[in-house]
Amino acid sequence: MISFILARVLQSFVVMLCVAAISFSLFTYVGDPIANLVGIQSSDEKREELRESLGLNDAVPVQFARFVSRAVRMEFGISYQQKRKVSSIIAERLPATLELSILSALLALGIGIPAGIYTALHRESWFSHLVLSGSLIGVSLPTFLIGILLIFVFSVQFHLLPSFGRGEVVQLGFWSTGLLTESGLKALIMPAITLALFQMTLIMRLVRSEMLEVLRTDYIKFARARGLSNRTVHFGYALMNTLVPVITITGLQLGSIIAFAIITETVFQWPGVGLMFIQAINEVDIPVMSTYLLLIASFFVIINLTVDLLYYFVDPRLRVGRDVKT
Amino acid sequence: MAKPPLLEVKNLRVEFPTRHGTLVAIDDLSLHIDPGEVLGVVGESGAGKSLTGAAIIGLLEPPGRIAGGEILFGGRRIDKLPDAEMRRIRGRHIGAIFQDPLTSLNPLHTVGRQITDTIAAHLPLTPRQARARALELLGEVGIPAAAERIDHYPHQFSGGMRQRVVIALALCADPKLIIADEPTTALDVSIQAQIIVLLKRLCSQHGSAIMLITHDMGVIAETADRVAVMYAGRIGEVGPVSEIIHKARLPYTIGLMGSIPSIGEEVERLVQIDGSMPRLNETPPGCRYHPRCPNAFERCRTERPDLMPAGPSRVACWLYDSPAEAPAARPIPAAARATGGHRARGAAAAATLIEAKGLKQYFDVSPPLLTRILERTGRRIVRAVDGLDISIAHGETFGLVGESGCGKSTVARTVVGLFDATAGTIDYDGVSLSTREERARNRSVQQKMQMIFQDPQASLNPRWRVFDIVAESIPEARRTKAGGFKERVGELLRQVGMSPLDGDKYPHEFSGGQRQRISIARALGGEPEFLVCDEPTSALDVSVQAQILNLMVDLQRNLGLTYLFISHDLAVVHHISTKVGVMYLGRIVEWAETRRLFTRPLHPYTRMLLDAVPDISKTGTQRAQVEGEVPSPIDPPGGCHFHPRCPFANARCRGESPENIMVEGTSVACHAVQEGRLPAWKTG
Amino acid sequence: MSQSAPIADSLDTAGLARRAWNSDLAYSFRRSKVTVVAGVITLIYMLSALFAPWVAPHDPYDLASVSIMDSFLPPAWIEGGDSRFLLGTDNVGRDVLSTIIHGSRISLGVGFASVFIAASLGVTLGLISGYVGGRLDAVIMRIAEVQLSFPDILIALLIDGVIRSILGPGAHGNIAFVVVIAAISLAYWVQFARTVRATTMVEKGKDYVQAARVAGKGTFYIMFKHLLPNVMGPVLVIATISLALAIVTEATLSFLGVGVPPTQPSLGTLIRVGNDFLFSGEWWITLFPGVALAIMGLSVNLLGDWLRDALNPKLR
Repeated sequence: MISFILARVLQSFVVMLCVAAISFSLFTYVGDPIANLVGIQSSDEKREELRESLGLNDAVPVQFARFVSRAVRMEFGISYQQKRKVSSIIAERLPATLELSILSALLALGIGIPAGIYTALHRESWFSHLVLSGSLIGVSLPTFLIGILLIFVFSVQFHLLPSFGRGEVVQLGFWSTGLLTESGLKALIMPAITLALFQMTLIMRLVRSEMLEVLRTDYIKFARARGLSNRTVHFGYALMNTLVPVITITGLQLGSIIAFAIITETVFQWPGVGLMFIQAINEVDIPVMSTYLLLIASFFVIINLTVDLLYYFVDPRLRVGRDVKT
Repeated sequence: MAKPPLLEVKNLRVEFPTRHGTLVAIDDLSLHIDPGEVLGVVGESGAGKSLTGAAIIGLLEPPGRIAGGEILFGGRRIDKLPDAEMRRIRGRHIGAIFQDPLTSLNPLHTVGRQITDTIAAHLPLTPRQARARALELLGEVGIPAAAERIDHYPHQFSGGMRQRVVIALALCADPKLIIADEPTTALDVSIQAQIIVLLKRLCSQHGSAIMLITHDMGVIAETADRVAVMYAGRIGEVGPVSEIIHKARLPYTIGLMGSIPSIGEEVERLVQIDGSMPRLNETPPGCRYHPRCPNAFERCRTERPDLMPAGPSRVACWLYDSPAEAPAARPIPAAARATGGHRARGAAAAATLIEAKGLKQYFDVSPPLLTRILERTGRRIVRAVDGLDISIAHGETFGLVGESGCGKSTVARTVVGLFDATAGTIDYDGVSLSTREERARNRSVQQKMQMIFQDPQASLNPRWRVFDIVAESIPEARRTKAGGFKERVGELLRQVGMSPLDGDKYPHEFSGGQRQRISIARALGGEPEFLVCDEPTSALDVSVQAQILNLMVDLQRNLGLTYLFISHDLAVVHHISTKVGVMYLGRIVEWAETRRLFTRPLHPYTRMLLDAVPDISKTGTQRAQVEGEVPSPIDPPGGCHFHPRCPFANARCRGESPENIMVEGTSVACHAVQEGRLPAWKTG
Repeated sequence: MSQSAPIADSLDTAGLARRAWNSDLAYSFRRSKVTVVAGVITLIYMLSALFAPWVAPHDPYDLASVSIMDSFLPPAWIEGGDSRFLLGTDNVGRDVLSTIIHGSRISLGVGFASVFIAASLGVTLGLISGYVGGRLDAVIMRIAEVQLSFPDILIALLIDGVIRSILGPGAHGNIAFVVVIAAISLAYWVQFARTVRATTMVEKGKDYVQAARVAGKGTFYIMFKHLLPNVMGPVLVIATISLALAIVTEATLSFLGVGVPPTQPSLGTLIRVGNDFLFSGEWWITLFPGVALAIMGLSVNLLGDWLRDALNPKLR
């Protein structure tokens, strides 16, 4: 048990280090950090002085070690464009993205999983066919297009919902929330649906195909042959076994919601970290880009770790060792 | 008739609608099972025996459907019951056991929960009572320490133990009928014996009848009271077991019986039924067997026979419709296989062709370094072959038998050079082929060894034409003569009983037996002297197995081949081999000339196998109980590997690994034999 | 029949066509009406993309024929519409239908190029990884795993961003196409590699591979002659599904402003540009390219879905 967790934690550590290396090389080799910090007219001596004071003349491993130790202390440097600390920009924008992502994740899971189960158990019903066809549209349509269509219908045509921004926010300590005001909630509806739709259809199709696979297994056939009720067979036996593989992929999907937020935030001008990233790319704002990368990676690592642990508790084959003796 | 039968199937018809029309998988099938009796249903694959079982418990896989006839259980019609009512019959009145115990249990629930779930579905017991009953059942099926094991998950049980759990599950609501579909096929010989004995004992204790579906005549022979023989969706013959085994009347049954090798007799060639069972979309009119039947006459080709009485049996064959025509005109066939060992079984001492000494093949299955450090475990090494000596003479057939996991396939692959041996030497006709470099240097010698594989599905590339498959092993030097090359492939195909025109087709257009012929043709393309055959007939039906075994015997005689024949099937090895070696956990524990090994076995393991093997010569006999299962080759028991299962083991066996010694022409590795502690082998 | 007859028979193209028509694949295609419709639509898209200059009613990028006087004209059937411009015109007076046809050409072109590169890369690495195994396999699969745990769009964005920052801001023209195609193919090779690897591992355990080894065949012979034909089924399925994904990814990148250059707009660029006019009532500039993109993605996806089911009968 402990060795399993330790191994996972170590693996996550390695992944983080890899991402840090990529971030670092972005920082070091892409563009000229000095040129972005000082004016064009400053002298060569001044540049060299700054170079020395920033440690840019040290050996690469030393620079990398410093980069990592700073990152651990949440110091990510100064944005080239905004001339502010990247950490404070992120702190300001992260709540918006997290609120949007978590709500979307709940939507995607809460509708995706039951729909997947339903369509697997009632393969031939008209409702299943309808849901399946609908899901294919959900998978095929680009997220931004869904957002634009929603805006066109609900904002442009019917003026029901705001087309951009977060509405009014309330500051709770360091956290700014849009969940406590009417305009904030209204502003959240369309972005959350837009962001959730793709993941929802994906999760639904995944649950469906896994469950169909499980329903074909010998132990389900044997359970039916023993006269167990449909409820026991479907929910006691099939669903549990479906969830084992589904957990992993669902975890990854939820992680990607945070990344997909980039598109949704762009469409709805949602003031989160995704929008910040797109602006950074367009402006070649390297510190912001590399910090965003680290942030996303750490989310993924945390989610992966959680998924592994969950897996461990669901599947006794991992938890309980095999008895070699008969 | 005093009592109505427990189960009665009348004129059952099962159909599968497909785009090419409706396939009739079971056609007008009638049978009955009396309370408490064991009805064996035998037939080759595709005969429809499993479908019959599935139809009875109402679990046909869609799109399959019952299209006619009726099924009565205790006089009540059950084939048209709504699902909810049928569910109350399944498990409660009719239980089922399936083939593979590894996949039959839900991996996420404890075995106890699976049993109590089933009890709760049928019996009015409190959870506490249900658990008590589950515990009792687990004890009954022979699970040691049931009180502790009840809370274990399926993956914590071995294969044999899992099948015991499956039996407990099938019996837990005391059904009056058990449908057992190939219950022992996935198991090793020694476990197979345990399960058969257990199943029979429990059912007679509980007063349950069994419908035992299997392809294995040996299992039927010692288990069933009555036997129904199925062919192409119909029952061909049904009667008491001894009648079917010893006095079969249907030409198909006669052929089938003759095609089964037995350890009780030595024959030169097995009875061969040419061709194979028709596919469902090309069933012939009249009697479905007539195209393959040596006794077919005009009426068989046009009119379909139904079951008619013949002695104590009933047979669907016009030969027994005596009033119409004089029986003298149509001779009733007799068992047509010539008995008596005609083949010289290792008579002359020929020169050694291939010799392996101290052969070892280890596989590293260690978890990653990180896990090993964290869990403080060492490397895990599978000792698949662990110090094996073997020597095969020119023209000989050396049979290597053993249970799964004993390393026999690894021996085959190492000898032929697919693995680089961890240690030991391999000499072929005086040339050393022990290492990769030596094999590369002596390519032309290496070429003289070819291999035939087990699974005819997987041994032919599905995207290649048969011509290219067969041509693959023809040496490059031979390929230059453009015209002769093509004829060579044609000749190879002819040699294995196929047509050169078949070269243009793809593997999926052939049956399993034909594919195995193609596989043999490919091996012959390399002009081998030595053929390594890894379970070449295990995936085939018995009648097709007989064809392949006969072909191999013919080829050996005509081409002067030497075989290393690997199989888990003692009867097959007995039939084909001149010498036999018995493997256990990576070592040959005993080898001798075939007849000697089977009549005077020395090693306790050999004796145990011979006791365990179901064989048609054992109809109605009792068997000695066999204990235990094969341990893992990762961590084999110390001393003699067999000691934990051996009734004669003592302190020396536990501590010291025995060397091979020669005793009257048998090489055996056993302290008990050496010390003269072993009782004499029962004869007869 | 002489012995050479069967070979002549297999060269008989009419027979071959008949066999193809009667094959299970063709049958399952014909049986599913939705798939047939999707196939026809996909074919229309491909043809009009291939022959865009001849199919499009106007040349939207010929400055001489575009007049600012025609700007913001609504679709022809709406009041104020002009019959010359069926789907209306955009802010500079270009025919929307023609820009869609030219845009589809670019979307499909980028999609096909990306999938082709991704498939070639993925299949090769997957075969090597699966058949050769060992360290090489470990390295390839670790990279794949790390990459797979991030969404494709993020990977594409990142690669795009990195290349852009190296080239400096404002890199336009043809280099932008190369950047987008590289970004998308590098984001999608993993699926191919993993599937091919998994299939290869299964296939290499089969005895026909062992038989080839016994016959003394080399690694590359076995990889490309034996294994490659047997992994092509799943590759075809993934290629189709990836095509749909690649088209959507390109559109998304272009929508986010980091895709193909605005001088040669793809559907995504058109939607992005048109999006600015959504609120002022000129909805057709953005919605028609959007619908075109949606139908294209849906059709290709439907084909992929059918192909997956048809090649994997177990799932039906």
